[in-house]
Amino acid sequence: MKIEIANGRLVDPAAGVDRVTSLYIAAAKVAAIGKPPQGWNASRVIDARGLVVAPGLIDVSARLREPGFEYKATLESEMEAAIAGGVTSLACPPDTDPPLDEPGLVEMLKHRARLLNQAHVYPIGALTVQLKGEELTEMGELAEAGCVAFSHADMPLVDTQVLLRAMQYASTFDYRVWLRPNDTHLGRGGVAHDGEVATRLGLPGIPSTAETIAIMTILALVRDTGVRVHLCRLSTAEGVALVRAAKKEGLPVSCDVAIHHLHLCEVDIGWFDGNARLVPPLRTTRDRAALRAGVADGTIDLICSDHAPVDDDGKQVPFGEAEPGATGLELLLPLTLKWAAEEKVALPAALAKITCEPARLLGVAAGDLRVGSSADICIFDPEQHWKVESRALKSQGKNTPFLGLELQGKVHVTLVGGHVVHDV
Amino acid sequence: MRNPQLNANGELTHLLTLEGLPAPVITHILDTAMPFVGIAEREVKKVPLLRGKAVFNLFFENSTRTRTTFEIAAKRLSADVINLNIGVSSTTKGETLLDTVDNLVAMDADIFVVRHAQSGAPHLIAAHLNAHDRSHVHVVNAGDGRHSHPTQGLLDLYTIRHYKKEFHNLTVAIVGDVLHSRVARSLIHGLTTLGTPEVRVVGPKTLLPEKVESLGVRVFHDMREGVKDADVVVMLRLQNERMKGALLPSAGEYFKHYGLTPDKLALAKPDVIVMHPGPMNRGVEIDSAVADGDRAVILPQVTFGIAVRMAVMSIIAGN
Repeated sequence: MKIEIANGRLVDPAAGVDRVTSLYIAAAKVAAIGKPPQGWNASRVIDARGLVVAPGLIDVSARLREPGFEYKATLESEMEAAIAGGVTSLACPPDTDPPLDEPGLVEMLKHRARLLNQAHVYPIGALTVQLKGEELTEMGELAEAGCVAFSHADMPLVDTQVLLRAMQYASTFDYRVWLRPNDTHLGRGGVAHDGEVATRLGLPGIPSTAETIAIMTILALVRDTGVRVHLCRLSTAEGVALVRAAKKEGLPVSCDVAIHHLHLCEVDIGWFDGNARLVPPLRTTRDRAALRAGVADGTIDLICSDHAPVDDDGKQVPFGEAEPGATGLELLLPLTLKWAAEEKVALPAALAKITCEPARLLGVAAGDLRVGSSADICIFDPEQHWKVESRALKSQGKNTPFLGLELQGKVHVTLVGGHVVHDV
Repeated sequence: MRNPQLNANGELTHLLTLEGLPAPVITHILDTAMPFVGIAEREVKKVPLLRGKAVFNLFFENSTRTRTTFEIAAKRLSADVINLNIGVSSTTKGETLLDTVDNLVAMDADIFVVRHAQSGAPHLIAAHLNAHDRSHVHVVNAGDGRHSHPTQGLLDLYTIRHYKKEFHNLTVAIVGDVLHSRVARSLIHGLTTLGTPEVRVVGPKTLLPEKVESLGVRVFHDMREGVKDADVVVMLRLQNERMKGALLPSAGEYFKHYGLTPDKLALAKPDVIVMHPGPMNRGVEIDSAVADGDRAVILPQVTFGIAVRMAVMSIIAGN
């Protein structure tokens, strides 16, 4: 199928392109830009006037809830959500049931995702068996099955000797290790940032030191092992400062932030809104400002949705019992645009955080739109307003603290491998 | 965001917390409670204000004392009272909190008196009722986690007003485990709303919550400084399980530093009153000589508590 995307504003941060032009798609790839190839005969022309044509978005943390948690969401529902949000590649954490600690499970997930023929799925393998923090998984086998990195999701990895060994082993084969910095003991029992709001509402707190101490531990082990580490979901100003210093020192460290933490803070818990129960917790306005600045200055490499669909039963309970997480795949683009508009960040620099930067982290050929690139494309109207409501979301999870908010930026067409998979 | 316990006219329909409650609403409750205090001395201890209404005591956490005072208050208002000890029934069978509530609404409950170990549980119930067009059913928070215990806060305010008349010239010291105390949080909000110039919290750093000063209190770690020239000293209960462990080394050492003894009390104003929400741990947070002494108003607190709970239930049922 030959597709012409005519007269859109092509924004390709990886190539430094930002201009109105046309894109010619053939054989699943970008065949030409600006001028059609010789003998061009489009079977479909997409009129992209007034729209932005960008590389398909890449989300490095999207829980698809399969296997094991199909009552919360299914691969079908969440892949629909992904392409509706312009996300053409996503990485899923290993905290499924059973966890992604065996090649068979990873192959099955990849196979199921391929059958749906929508977004590309890149599983993150479990760092330890059953995510118990005791024995290493067969990382080599898992990598062959398709795992692009290894992580412990949000499960505790208390034993620092196991962590050291996991890092040594991973670095032997140059596998990347993803860790969410969290000192399990300091955060024990906590459900909200240990600050004014938790004190007022009587909620057990999670101090910022739960994050910073874990970062310091991880950085010390990175110095020792040389392993490439990606720190997931920073939430504190001090954490951003530690990563900034580590990068200056030359350590092989990258990090991300969830889209919620760029816009919300502890106050958004309101009167115990279970949708604002997130991991890590929403922290102070000062932390939020540091995170926003960290993304702008490059300390924080990329933004993710940290997509976690939760069913109503998981949220219609007292705040402390609510299951953490928020649906996010369909909000990644508009919330990134909102951050960019508020911080006066140019569109290409903002899109880099959800296209080429995550592609670099995953080590996959995606996130750009050069001639020859895979035709994973997100075409969106940057001006269009829409309201976040449960019926507007494809995800099975309707849980988001942004419910009721009007956002700007709506995906019109999504292409994966040269095929139109989403079209309003 | 509208305060979830007020209706569109600013009237109290649920009592969930004293935070954000306007001073006139609090004063109105205290004023309404005054004539109820005398009812106990009458031959017929009943008024017909809640006749035909059903009050469900919904206790997800055990408490004989608070449940009993709510039961007495409701009965004195001529309501039918149904006691449900949920801790040992539905939820252990897997029923969700809101399913339980829906079932009881179908049994024509008018007022839920809710105690729950989780902060915010009464808010969840009230929001659920409001969202499902059942705002004629009222929720009274009888204690949720560490968050709030508004009727206790109100009875404390009533007691203070009874003995001190005014709030705007008082120094009130709240001593002990503020971290885990819903009583302290409620009283602090009530006192600051009514214009108390100095509210102090006194305790070791392990028992004071992070950024507690943001509630509008002064922080003291030395008890002698904390109670100096106080008009009111409120002692908080120290739970057994917190007397030894990572929060405190021992009950003995706690008593040495923060137990209210006659010599520490002597630093307060001569007409100081000593309050305690009960049940007391004698020899842990309070010396018997003080608990039984002439400055203690701990038993009058209990009596006022019934009147205050009558006032709350009659006001919300009328709105």
